[in-house]
This record gives sequence, C-alpha cells and structure tokens, in this order.
Amino acid sequence: MRRLAALGSQLLALGLLASLPAWIGNSYYVNIASQVLLYAVFALGLNVIVGYAGLVSLGHAGLFGIAAYSGAILITAGYGHFVAIAGALVVTLGVAALFAVLALRGTGLGFVMITVALGQIVWGVAYRWISLTNGDNGVSITSRPAPFGLSLVDANPFYWATLVVFLVAVAAIAIFVASPFGASLRGTRDQPRRMNALGYNVWLIRFLAFLFSGLWSGVAGLLFLYYNQFVSPQTVALTASAEVLLMVISGGTATLLGPIAGALLVVIMKNVASGYIERWNFVLGAIFVAIVIFMPEGLVPGSLRLWRWATRRRRQHPAGPAAMAPVPHGSINGGAQ
Amino acid sequence: MSALEVSGLQKSFGGLRVTREVNLSVEPGERRLIIGPNGAGKTTLFSLITGELRPDAGSIRLFGREIVRVPSRRRAHLGLARTYQIITLFQRETLLHNVMLSLLGLSGLRWNPFRRFAQQAALIEAGRAALARVGLLDMADRPLSDTSYGERRRVEIAMGLAQNPKVLLLDEPFAGLSIEERRDVQGLLASIPHDVTIVMIEHDMDVALEFAERITVLHFGEVVVEGSRAEVVAHPKTREIYLGE
Repeated sequence: MRRLAALGSQLLALGLLASLPAWIGNSYYVNIASQVLLYAVFALGLNVIVGYAGLVSLGHAGLFGIAAYSGAILITAGYGHFVAIAGALVVTLGVAALFAVLALRGTGLGFVMITVALGQIVWGVAYRWISLTNGDNGVSITSRPAPFGLSLVDANPFYWATLVVFLVAVAAIAIFVASPFGASLRGTRDQPRRMNALGYNVWLIRFLAFLFSGLWSGVAGLLFLYYNQFVSPQTVALTASAEVLLMVISGGTATLLGPIAGALLVVIMKNVASGYIERWNFVLGAIFVAIVIFMPEGLVPGSLRLWRWATRRRRQHPAGPAAMAPVPHGSINGGAQ
Repeated sequence: MSALEVSGLQKSFGGLRVTREVNLSVEPGERRLIIGPNGAGKTTLFSLITGELRPDAGSIRLFGREIVRVPSRRRAHLGLARTYQIITLFQRETLLHNVMLSLLGLSGLRWNPFRRFAQQAALIEAGRAALARVGLLDMADRPLSDTSYGERRRVEIAMGLAQNPKVLLLDEPFAGLSIEERRDVQGLLASIPHDVTIVMIEHDMDVALEFAERITVLHFGEVVVEGSRAEVVAHPKTREIYLGE
C-alpha cells in the first residue's frame, strides 16, 4: 500500500513536470523552470560529496564552469556539439581528479580551504587568460544542439531536454546512494578510522565519489552553457560555489529531494522575488537564517519532521494548540540517511 | 609458527617513548590477556599491530608473514580484526547495517555502485548470523542509537567476529558494563571457537583472568612479566606495579 502510494506520487510529480509548459502559461516561467532543473542537477552532484561523503566543497563552481568554458571554447573552435559535450566532460573529470588529489589531503576545514583555493584558481584563469577565455567579456556560442533532429532553440523543447537530463541525474544518484558503494561512502563519512580498520580504502572511496560529484557538476555546467549560450568569470566565482552549497544545505544534505528543494528556493528568489523587491538578496538571507534556526537539518527533513509531529499530535490531542516542534541538534550532516 | 609475533617494536610520540621494546608471541588458538596500568601503552600496541599507527622500529608477523609495511586496511583482509575501547559504531544505522558494513569491507561488492545494498541476500544472512552469535538477532532492525551501552559492546564484538578473523584484538570489552552484561559478554567470548586467536586488553581482573591462558604485563611501554595465570599473579613485579609494594 505504501509502495503504491509512493509510486503514485512519483508518477504524479513526473506528470506535473512533463506537462509544466502547458499549465505554467508563458515561456518566461518555462525558462525559470529549466534553470531550477539545471541548478538541481548541480546541487545533486555537490550533495554527493557534501552530504554523503561529509566533505564540504566551496570550489564546485570551478568544475561547473570548466565544463561550460570547455564546451564553449570547443564550439567556438568549430567542433560539433557531440564532440564539445564529450570533450567538456572529459576535461571536467580530469580537473575533478586533480582537485580531488589535492583537496583530499585534508578533511574538515582543510578540505574546505583547499577547494576554495582551487575554485579561485579557476576564476583567475577565466578572468586573466584572455587569449583562451576572452577574460571579462566571456565566451558566447550561437547555437544549441539538436538531438535526434529536435531543435532546442525554443523554451519548451529546451525545458524537456533539461528535464530528461535531470531525471537521469536523479535516478543515477538514487541508485548510487543505495548501492554497496554508497553505503561504503556514508561509512567513511561517519567513521573513517573504523572503515579503514574494516578493510575499506577510505581515500579511494572519497576520490571516486568526488569524480562522480564532478561529473554531475559538469553536466549541469553544460546545461548552463546551452541555457545562457554564454559563460563568463562570474560563473566560476566563489559566490557561485557558495550559492550551490546553500542550495544543498538549505534543502537538506544527504537527502535526494533536499538539493532539488534548495535549487527551487534559490532560483525562484533570484528571478521572481527580484522583480518585486530590489534587495532580494536580503530576503534570501533572511530565509536562510530562518531555515538554520527552525530547520537546521534543511527544508526537506525539517518539513518531514514537522509533518510527523503535527499528525501525531492531531491524533493525540484533536484540538490542541500548536507549539513549536522540538528542533534536534543538527549540523551540516544532520539530515536523514 | 606463532599466530602473532611482535619483536623489537618501538614507537615514540615526540620525546615520549610509548612503546619501548615490545616482544610478544601468541600461539594459534591462544587466549592472551594484556594488562598494565593506565599509560602502559596497551592501546598503542593494538594500534601498531593493526597498522593505525606506524612503528619507529620492529617487526610484526601474522602467521609468519611480515605485515609491518602492509597498510592497515589490507591487514583486515589478511585476517586481523579489532574492537575499540571507545565505541566507534555507525550511530544512524541499524544493528544489521553495522554488521553488514563489517562484512562488506572484505567483499569485492564494496565497489559496486549499481546493486541495492539493502537487498544483498548473502550479506544479510551472514549479518543476521553474526548478530545471532551475540544474542542480538531480535534487535537486528533497530537503529543503533536505540540500544544500550552493553548491547553496543556486543555489536562491536559481532562486527569483529563477522569478518571471520584469524586473530581478534579486543580492547577492553568489559569496560563500562553492568555485572549481568559482563556475564553475557564473558559467555560470548567463551563461545568463540579456538581457530580464532584472541588478544585482549582488560582492566577487570576477575573476568579477564578467568578467560586468559597466558598473561602479559605491560609497564611504561615494556613487557615486564609474561607467563601463565598463576605465574603472573604470584610474580613480585606484578604485585609491585598493581599494589605499589
């Protein structure tokens, strides 16, 4: 019965997502939906290393941006989209491997600081290596790919293509997390010394997880490139790394839905709220503070906790006044799983 | 051939010589007890044997094979397992998941990113068997955070036994247990077959003396007395260290 209900809600969500262009009205909102999905892929990728490996990275915009830049540079050099996409992903994986080898010398704060530094190096290259990256002016491309002859120029087909990539990412990460390797990875997050004594190669497990995380960051970077048809040093700035990290933390680390909820929140605030309030960053900041105070484990696990608490309370006291649900001691890794 | 042979082992932290010159030889199937006052270097010796610490000098042989340069994680694959003095289990997971992680560590399956961990029939069966051995089968699906301290000690031992080790190192398995829990763990240790060699650190002399065949007394990083139960208890050095005579 519960499995049936879960399957039903998944099909409903899928139907709503697939038919979104029909009910959302105009292409402005369809484009915002594409942005939500592409940032959700990015946040899901980052969550592999932040949530499941327990290693906080503030340099993932570097990987996202390397994919976008590599794709843009290959296309401007005259290569086709297929070569550009494949080439960009290979370059991203190579750079992710280099990042991982350097950053995995530390854990905790050391890991964070090394990833900040690596992200800043990418930003420096994007900004200063003008012959390659066109510096501050960025790189523009003039076309989107047309898989199987379907043009992605309009908002709707681009949304559907992004949706397909998003669904593949969700499925791949869900399978990864539930696998023996996923269980090993979570073990290295919770008890690295113990895992080593049990016979696991903790370093290699973390390295491979970093590559997997980098791969999805690269896929999201390519979606970003095709969405904007433009990439500039802003894309790889430290603030971009912080933004996607906030998506993961506000939505709920080590959960599948958390990064998606976080991407939805941040992209909507950025695009919609900024139309009404000039200081929209202030509103976003206030929301983050509220999340940290009331749901330190993130929006998705926090809402689940409130929901369970409310339903249990309703059963016990049919008309009792609503007090605040107890907040557990949460941390960056305080989510479910 | 000895199951475990340690010779000339040395380890210093800065100017502090924690392990001075330890020689130890444990026969296959033996139950060996290591005692000594706080700071004698007992846990350090375990960490050196499992490879969590790197010795400054000396040799460690497991069934004749030199393992001093073998990385810690490989030693688990060679049949060496340990439990910890301070419980280091996976708090958010169930008891079964904890033991399954122990089994997975020695299985090639640990690299598989496609199959479902929770549906690995062979691991589940072996995990439940390991929990049954320590009398916790009926709690297999309970989260570890909902168990008592004594039950966690038994999960620790179940994780060690699950790996089917040739040599099992137990670091204070009775620490912090109530009298009944001590009896449970004592019975559990007595039930371990003699194809497993056991080296145990323990402060509780009553339960420990009953368990061990031979005893090694460690003091300031050196072996001061070694012998049978009666020899060690009667030895003047032991009385000096423990009673201050």
